[in-house]
Amino acid sequence: MTPAPERVRRGWVRPLRRLAVGVLAGLAAAAIWELYTLLGPDAGGHLFGASLLPRAEARSMPHVWDVVARMLAPESSATGAPSVAVAMLQACWFTLRVALAGWLAGVVAGFGLAIGMQRFRLAESAVFPWVVLSQTVPLIALAPLVVGWGGKIQVGDLVWERWMSVALIASYLAFFPVAVGALRGLQSPEQAHVELFRAQAASPWRTFRSLRLPASVPYVIPALRLAAATAVVGAIVAEVSTGTKGGIGRLIIAYAQAASGDPAKPWAAIVGAALLGLVAAGLVSLLSLGLGRYRHSEVS
Amino acid sequence: MSTPVSTTGLPPAAFALAAHAVEATGVGKVFTTRAGAVTALEDVHLTIGAGEFVALIGPSGCGKSTLLRLIADLDTPTSGELTVFGRSPRAAREAQDYGIAFQQAGLLPWRSVRANIELPLELHGVGRSGRTVRSTELLELVGLTEFAGHFPHQLSGGMQQRVAIARSLAEQPSLLLMDEPFGALDEMTRERMQTELVRICAESRAAVVFVTHSIPEAVFLADRVVVMSPRPGRIAEVVPITLTRDAAGRDEDLREDATFFAAVTRVREALHGDGHVRAARGVDVR
Ligand SMILES: Nc1ncnc2c1ncn2[C@@H]1O[C@H](COP(=O)(O)OP(=O)(O)OP(=O)(O)O)[C@@H](O)[C@H]1O
Ligand SMILES: [Mg+2]
Repeated sequence: MTPAPERVRRGWVRPLRRLAVGVLAGLAAAAIWELYTLLGPDAGGHLFGASLLPRAEARSMPHVWDVVARMLAPESSATGAPSVAVAMLQACWFTLRVALAGWLAGVVAGFGLAIGMQRFRLAESAVFPWVVLSQTVPLIALAPLVVGWGGKIQVGDLVWERWMSVALIASYLAFFPVAVGALRGLQSPEQAHVELFRAQAASPWRTFRSLRLPASVPYVIPALRLAAATAVVGAIVAEVSTGTKGGIGRLIIAYAQAASGDPAKPWAAIVGAALLGLVAAGLVSLLSLGLGRYRHSEVS
Repeated sequence: MSTPVSTTGLPPAAFALAAHAVEATGVGKVFTTRAGAVTALEDVHLTIGAGEFVALIGPSGCGKSTLLRLIADLDTPTSGELTVFGRSPRAAREAQDYGIAFQQAGLLPWRSVRANIELPLELHGVGRSGRTVRSTELLELVGLTEFAGHFPHQLSGGMQQRVAIARSLAEQPSLLLMDEPFGALDEMTRERMQTELVRICAESRAAVVFVTHSIPEAVFLADRVVVMSPRPGRIAEVVPITLTRDAAGRDEDLREDATFFAAVTRVREALHGDGHVRAARGVDVR
């Protein structure tokens, strides 16, 4: 029997170590940033008239501690205004939920498509080009259309709300990596394994459940993580282009307008957006913790 | 480890009715590839009785695996007729008449050794307790009891192959199809597995089609050795093996027996010789 403690340790040490490495990488990025503000040319770098390097003065590149301090200070001069950090977290929470809804819808759609394409060769050749093509449509062009269609939807008590449009657009980005990754994963079992199941006269459903699905895990997990990141990006862009209030997308725009007088403020929103992507991807990684045995490379 | 056949889903009567486990008449297989047509098998006539042990031997590429795959309904013949227990290979496959062990182990990497052995039982709805009992027997048979909870990547190639053999035996099939199952084993394990296989087959009265590259192995195991020749793959000669055996199977002494060596020589001649050389058979029995 495999000793249990070993497996538990392997299950927890690795994510913790990765977290530590991630934190260190963040600190290193901050250090490089600071180093550049210290050593970089204040006027920026130019070569043959083209600007190559950013200007290293405080307005373009505020100090890390200034950004942190700005986060802790109130958002505006109005009395009772929350600190930037609180406003940012609230906005992140809003966007995270919308992105999660979009991610879920995208995962279901992407996986469904992958199953269909795996099951029917014809479907693969008919659908796959459209799946790829779908990602070349610019999101900005799509957003107003989705909002427009959404406004016409009313089924019983369900009223189409603005955040649903945002989630739908997020799912439009998220389904793609899932469809591609799941299709590759479902097609990954080697001939010998497929024939083993055929020799046992296993039904397609059994073959799917006991062979294709477990074999797809190493392909699907990274796809889910990628989908989480694209869902966040999709949600933020969709918030901006549909004018949805309450999310981090709106906050980025609002803070950017304050950039000239308050240069640290927009950076606070950008940090928030980046954290949001990390959190979303991290949540998906939690999903994969219990799936270790499906993830070591194929042997035999 | 002496479970009667009747514990499988198949009542023995179902195949007792059909006289032959496998009946091939004029079977041929042509693969159409981009480079052109490849005749893997041509005009194969072969009848394998229920409970009979047949070894297929021949140079690489003579269509041994192909013949096995046709019987297993993993490929379809392009000519001739093939029946398994009196029905089409497809019907036989769907009725789960056979167990199969491939050239490569083909274990599922995410399943433990025990769960890999239990796979056929699980696919056919055998309950958990029934599976555990059977897999415990089989683990003991292939000498992997301590490795029940290990995963395939933690085993050597030979151990993986033993798991695959245990898996093919899981349902006590009435026909066993084995493609060089002992190829990856060390000599000692190999001889032990051979002895075990003979015993299992004698006990369960399963017919076996056994592909091998080893003449002594073929002679030791089989009732008949089918010698094949390549390009196109066809049956060159069928050598019946008449070794004195007792009810419990062939014991180890047999390997040093004179009749054993005589049989080995006969198969070797059939393998190497063409028609006229074979006429001189019996002259040099070393
Ligand atoms: N799927 C296939 N497509 C095309 N040709 C094939 C295919 N499978 C087998 N062949 C050809 O059929 C012939 C017989 O192959 P087969 O695998 O049955 O040989 P074998 O006797 O099992 O050889 P070995 O002892 O090396 O395993 C070979 O010439 C091979 O190239
Ligand atoms: Mg072969």
